[in-house]
Amino acid sequence: MGDKLKLEIVSPDKLVLSEEVDEVTVPGLQGQFGVLPGHTSFLATLDVGELAYKKDKTTGYVFVNAGYAEVAADKITILADSSELASDIDVARAEESRQRAEDRVVRAPAGIEPTIDVARAETALKKSLVRLQIAKERTQQ
Amino acid sequence: MASLQDIKRRISSVKNTLQITKAMKMVAAAKFRRAQLKMAEARPYSVKMADVITAITAGIDRESHPLLAKRDGKSVEVILITGDRGLCSSFNTNALKAADKLIKQLKSDGHDVSVCAVGRKSKAYFKREGIEPLGAWEGLSGGKVDYASATAIAREVIKTYEDGAMDEVYLVYNEFRSVLAQEVITKKLLPFEENTGDIAEDAPVFLFEPSIDSILGRILPKYIEVQLYQALLESQAAEEAARMNAMENATQAANDMIETLTLDYNKVRQASITAELMDIIGGAEAVKQ
Repeated sequence: MGDKLKLEIVSPDKLVLSEEVDEVTVPGLQGQFGVLPGHTSFLATLDVGELAYKKDKTTGYVFVNAGYAEVAADKITILADSSELASDIDVARAEESRQRAEDRVVRAPAGIEPTIDVARAETALKKSLVRLQIAKERTQQ
Repeated sequence: MASLQDIKRRISSVKNTLQITKAMKMVAAAKFRRAQLKMAEARPYSVKMADVITAITAGIDRESHPLLAKRDGKSVEVILITGDRGLCSSFNTNALKAADKLIKQLKSDGHDVSVCAVGRKSKAYFKREGIEPLGAWEGLSGGKVDYASATAIAREVIKTYEDGAMDEVYLVYNEFRSVLAQEVITKKLLPFEENTGDIAEDAPVFLFEPSIDSILGRILPKYIEVQLYQALLESQAAEEAARMNAMENATQAANDMIETLTLDYNKVRQASITAELMDIIGGAEAVKQ
């Protein structure tokens, strides 16, 4: 067993990332968890969130939209419903979708538009917020 | 022999066809490249997913989840994936034939067979056969396959299965082998097959978060989606490859035909010149005498 973890992130449309890393922080459905090399094998459901990995003192951020993490001693595989590297996030689009989603979440309970699916709007809002957060971290680096 | 005019007309008509087949070949080639790329990009996900499923279903009771449990019922659904358009040699017919064979066999085994048509050609086929499909999807071939449509199909399939209306689900589609070859595959989609792959002796025992049931409940339907998505992509790439070949052959045939017709044309032209010369010479001889 080495002192590195093989991190692989795949989404249905492509292999997003494949790298040897030192540490990974994953957005689990029951809270964030960190994975270091030598972790016991387990399978976790993921939430919409930010995945961070450390590699030689640099930190990378990836947007992960639900899915699963399969953890073994020397590797971690993320099966995401969709995923984007921080550098691939389209800020303008995320901002636009945040506004749209916010609008819907606000309007729905007021009974203005009863057809709105609140749960869906909330998920959309969460996704866009996480995307924006990751994009912000990217610019701060 | 046909007149010069006739041959000329035929040549120009074949030339027109040639232009069309050439253009269609180019379009198919471009679409094929895109489809192949998409297919290659989707592969890692479905491979990883299959690995995970194999790992987690190995150690658990198969009756614990409805999508895993085998049922004795006799209702069977066959999902047939074809293209929307023709002009791709035997691509569609092969799939139709395979589905026909499967349906006949299932029926003779005493099953009640329902169908689901993906692609305009399979929908039209079932209509001809007088079978009313449970679901019909079209507009997916020609580079328009996306994950969302696979999800939509999967949702419907899982729903009828979980309602107990279906006890087994089969999938028939063209798998992409190479640019020159497609193979029609019949795959059992539901219930999940026993693992045939080898599981390592020291396969890790997984911990699950939140729980095995909740993970299975989400990952199994997802896996159906992924399998359908992969099948749609395979079929799409295979269709464009088949069309590319068909059009290549047609272009070849048109070229050959133009060659033969031009030869004929020249022969007729020469014959008529010779005949004219003979006339003139004959006339001149007559005047001389």
